[in-house]
Amino acid sequence: MPLTPEEIQGLTKKAWEIRKTIIETTFTCGGSHIGGSLSQTDVLVALYYKYLNIDPARPDWEDRDRFVLSKGHGGIGWASVLGEKGFFDKTLLKDFNKTGSPFGMHLDSLKVTGCDASTGSLGHGLAIGVGLAVGARLRNKDYRTYVMMGDGELCEGTVWEAAILAGHRGLDNLTAIIDRNGLMIDGPTEQITTLEPIDEKFRAFGWEALTIDGHDFAAIGGAVEQAQSVKGKPCVIICKTVKGKGVDLMEGQAQWHYGGLNSDLRDQALASIDTYYREVLG
Amino acid sequence: MAEGMTWSVTDGDKLTQAEVYGEVLSQLGERYPDLVAITADLASSTKIGRFGKKYPDRFINVGIAENTMFGMAAGLAQAGLRPVVSTFAAFTALRSAEQVRTDICYQNLNVKIISTHAGISFGQAGSTHHCTEDLAVMRSFANMTVIVPSDGLETGNAVAAAMEWPGPVYIRVGRGFEPPVNKTQDYGYAIGKAITMREGQDVTIIACGVGVLQAIRAAEVLDRQGLSARVINMHTIKPIDREAIIQAVTDTRRIITVEEHNVMGGLGSAVAEVIVESGKACAFRKLGVPDCYSIVGYPEDLYHHYKFDSDGIVETVGDLMRMEIEEDDDWEDET
Ligand SMILES: Cc1ncc(C[n+]2csc(CCOP(=O)(O)OP(=O)(O)O)c2C)c(N)n1
Ligand SMILES: [Mg+2]
Repeated sequence: MPLTPEEIQGLTKKAWEIRKTIIETTFTCGGSHIGGSLSQTDVLVALYYKYLNIDPARPDWEDRDRFVLSKGHGGIGWASVLGEKGFFDKTLLKDFNKTGSPFGMHLDSLKVTGCDASTGSLGHGLAIGVGLAVGARLRNKDYRTYVMMGDGELCEGTVWEAAILAGHRGLDNLTAIIDRNGLMIDGPTEQITTLEPIDEKFRAFGWEALTIDGHDFAAIGGAVEQAQSVKGKPCVIICKTVKGKGVDLMEGQAQWHYGGLNSDLRDQALASIDTYYREVLG
Repeated sequence: MAEGMTWSVTDGDKLTQAEVYGEVLSQLGERYPDLVAITADLASSTKIGRFGKKYPDRFINVGIAENTMFGMAAGLAQAGLRPVVSTFAAFTALRSAEQVRTDICYQNLNVKIISTHAGISFGQAGSTHHCTEDLAVMRSFANMTVIVPSDGLETGNAVAAAMEWPGPVYIRVGRGFEPPVNKTQDYGYAIGKAITMREGQDVTIIACGVGVLQAIRAAEVLDRQGLSARVINMHTIKPIDREAIIQAVTDTRRIITVEEHNVMGGLGSAVAEVIVESGKACAFRKLGVPDCYSIVGYPEDLYHHYKFDSDGIVETVGDLMRMEIEEDDDWEDET
């Protein structure tokens, strides 16, 4: 069922909150992978607030849907969602990156409640997702597995090894999501190594492939629902996004892959986010 | 540039290890026209990109594909080029261990690897970006030379020396925000030759990387306590300077090793192997990360937490001085 206008409005307000938390936490922690955290946010919000079958009160529930942030450097954005969702007290984020804190830049599954896999070394998540999906079958479980990857991350060979295996095994309980923001650290993806056509590559490996606007909740909802209904093969959702989305000075800027904020920049970023959302929400 | 020097940097003592590396590599580009530099989307983070700015035609960014990068480096070397490769230490030593071992070391190829963000120097990033295993891994690859420079200027020296050293070389650097231990570059650096930073007769601290700075600071504190500590900068882990170790055992009979690495498999293990094989008894302790995945935090806090900063060294020296060592009448004859 498509998302209702009320649902879309609710998700939009959540995404607004999350983006502000990312900015505030980046300010207090000294620096973060802010660009990719902002580009992934709308998809994460849609999953955590609408589609994932999870219960923050039972983080170890065996039948929960699994989410793996294979682009683990988006940890600050992921933790902002997990905290908002109630997996832990979100005020703990004030200690992000601090010595002895459970939260480092890349989340640790043994320390952060709600984090199903420790990631940060790119190219690992899809294989873990294949294991979770095959495991569900072996144990007769109905849970679904979602793996989010960066577009630069697609350079890693292990992504394609796992993709071949998932296609071969027809893992229709597995959904891959690509944060197609067009940038890696050293610049635009297509200038460093050509990735396109991404959808055709996955199709050739036996996947269903969808391409959407990764900041449009109606489109995200439609694609996730379609992925859930595809039978006999895994599905990849290629989300066209903007790195740094919501903060005008960061949008599409490779140098904001990682950065710190002083109080001026923080205020500027928060103001930019507020302006953006006032416009979106009318 | 001083006579005989192949590189020079201004304010070298104020730059990080990676910054000196990037600058030195670009200068070496002229002397070595066959030098090609490769990275995997870490041109700016590792500073190898500085070479790329100067020599775009001899610079290759392969995208985020480390295994391909190290395999490709082997091929480039076989094609008659002199590849220099940079990524973070975790990706060199762990992800691409097999390419480094089988493609590069097994074929004994002339590939120089400079890996940054080693140890727990990228403290806040967590264990995916820490690397406290690389010395153990790299040291176990036949044909590999393993170097851990103590600061920026030594990094420059090591990179320049590696160009003239046959076969594969692994140079490990941290983020390098610590103050330098060397004032000039001109102190006679040579691969495989340990440097005595400070003479001493009661105990010897053998260190590498950031451990050298911590050891020097500890020796100053110990001096005020009336203990004379020798500090050895063991910048080359392999081939290790056996003579310097055996001399230290003979002279001081108490040895501590300090490294930003798991206490298993790295400098401490390498030194222990030499001591045990020498047949000489001595009191011995290894300081480093105690076989665990480090907590996150600022590197200097972590060094303190795991007790391989100067405070931890001083404390361990205290323990070591209280340790009984078996009397050995023939000690003096056993050389
Ligand atoms: C195996 C590995 N190599 C290199 C890195 C360093 N690194 C962190 S983020 C990044 C760029 C990622 O780009 P992309 O996947 O497009 O992510 P996004 O644009 O969403 O931030 C790199 C190279 C890493 N984390 N893991
Ligand atoms: Mg990207």
